[in-house]
Amino acid sequence: MSKLVAAAKKEGTLNVIALPPTWANYGTIISTFSKMYGIKVNSANPAGTSQDEVNAVKQENGTAAAPDVLDIGMAVALVNTNLFAPYQVSSWSSVPAAQKAPSGVWVQDYGGYMAVGYSSKFGTITSLSQLLGPKFKNAVALNGNPTAANAALNGVMMANLVEGGTADSIAKGVAFFQKLKAAGNFSPVSATGATIKAGTTPVVFNWDYLNLPSYVGVSNWKVFVPPGAALGGYYAQAINKNASHPAAARLWEEFLYSQAATGGQNLWLEGGARPVEQAAMASNGSINSTAAAKLPSVSGTPVFLTQTQATNAATYLSANWAKAIG
Amino acid sequence: MAVASTTETGAPPVRAGRRLRVPAWIGTVPFLGYIGVFLLLPTGIVLYKAFQSSSGGFTLSGLTALGSSAVRGYFIGSFKLCVISSVIGAVLGAILAYAVASGNPDGAVRRLYLAASGVLAQFGGVTLAFAFLATVGPTSGLLLHLSWFYDFPQGIALIYVYFQIPLMVLVFMPAIDGLKVQWREACESLGGSAWQYWRHVGGPLLAPAFLGATLLLFANALSAFATIEAWENQIAYTVPQQISTALSSEVGLNNANEASVLAVGMVIMVVVVMTGYVLLQRRASRWLH
Repeated sequence: MSKLVAAAKKEGTLNVIALPPTWANYGTIISTFSKMYGIKVNSANPAGTSQDEVNAVKQENGTAAAPDVLDIGMAVALVNTNLFAPYQVSSWSSVPAAQKAPSGVWVQDYGGYMAVGYSSKFGTITSLSQLLGPKFKNAVALNGNPTAANAALNGVMMANLVEGGTADSIAKGVAFFQKLKAAGNFSPVSATGATIKAGTTPVVFNWDYLNLPSYVGVSNWKVFVPPGAALGGYYAQAINKNASHPAAARLWEEFLYSQAATGGQNLWLEGGARPVEQAAMASNGSINSTAAAKLPSVSGTPVFLTQTQATNAATYLSANWAKAIG
Repeated sequence: MAVASTTETGAPPVRAGRRLRVPAWIGTVPFLGYIGVFLLLPTGIVLYKAFQSSSGGFTLSGLTALGSSAVRGYFIGSFKLCVISSVIGAVLGAILAYAVASGNPDGAVRRLYLAASGVLAQFGGVTLAFAFLATVGPTSGLLLHLSWFYDFPQGIALIYVYFQIPLMVLVFMPAIDGLKVQWREACESLGGSAWQYWRHVGGPLLAPAFLGATLLLFANALSAFATIEAWENQIAYTVPQQISTALSSEVGLNNANEASVLAVGMVIMVVVVMTGYVLLQRRASRWLH
């Protein structure tokens, strides 16, 4: 570890990509890492998608500007493993087996549950069917186009589970949004911090850690995970195999999976995301229990999409989403 | 230019009175180089990629994608949006241009309108979309929270018209200025009414310029992306939006080949439209100069 630190300090720089500072506490994570090791972090294209990350790795391959590490959605990670270098962090055993590639070519890092965030001016929302009512005119938005953005796809899938669908077919979720559109309640404006602050999108389907008042920047904001529709999703870390700062990249991973009080796992937790080592940290007592207690409550057995289920959902959406909502 | 540079550097001419022989086309090299790097090269790359299969070989399968109902939907969406916004923009812009042109040619009103048009024709993108959302969206106190504003294409067309009208004023004003007062006087002295003047003289003279400018507005709307993306991005209605989806989808639907094919489709649309524009401009310049 001390050798790794020395080598990383010698490289002096780390290129990261698609990490918005308010997303899962990344602003603090980057500055903590940078201060702790004296390594400069270049954060490129903070608003990019996972696919943009992979495109950057390919297009900037071999240059000093190429991303060294990726924080990437599983659908994109699994089809691009040839771009990544396997690496097992020292806390490897704390990551559940189902949440990492056996070689360490990708390792899930943090995640959350799909939730409905809403302005408290609507009172308390306890079921999705309320959203079809007249007071939600033009109010309900996804976070992007579900044929492009993973969070939006999962938003539709969550509605699908509420409507009695299974993870194998997203059709009932599309039908729900079709009803929402017919009722005039679907807002085509994609939700961002700006639209939420302006009140343009007062109801948003998004991951719970992106639906926190601290993330969206308004205080009168509530989060609701529908009972029986706990749809989880995790992002994964991967190292660019041609990274121009290979030691800094590995040190960054060590930092992100560190269970220390100011390590990545607890910092993600403070950002409202559920770190992948949460269970292990709860049992060994290293978890920030104040932050853990603040997470939105979730009931029922969580559902995680398999790769096949995610692909089926995407294929169905590409053929039916625009038709249903357009 | 070549002459100027020799005198500036103070190099003595080889023989007095003789010019340095530099071909005239040399002056176009920077322009052509720029066009080559930023227009022809990218177009070539897009064409190349559109016919490249995922394994690297030559394929026509991308073109068959152009025939699928989903892809046709994006082109129809783009087409509707461009037609509506360019026709409304052209008609209103032409009326405004005529009103301004019939005033004092050196007056403050004309200067004000031309300057404002120059600025507003470039006012687009996220700022413009947000300005409209704030004005007629759900949180505004104004205009009864228009719900049709969220429907495609009329809602976004309304926003596009905002930059189409000023552009029309800018491109159509020279044509109106080209109408000679003498033509109107000749018409009147022969007993022609205002209607007859516009029906037989002014209208036919301005028609090619008007149609040409409409086509320019059409192309302008076709390529607009940031404005519609800020207005809505949960469904791809237009070709540029679908290109974005095809390039950056993170749910497994990314397909660079599809993006290139769609881009080729747009290139074809622009070539058709701009060819029409050039032909109409040529026709228009026969009289109006």
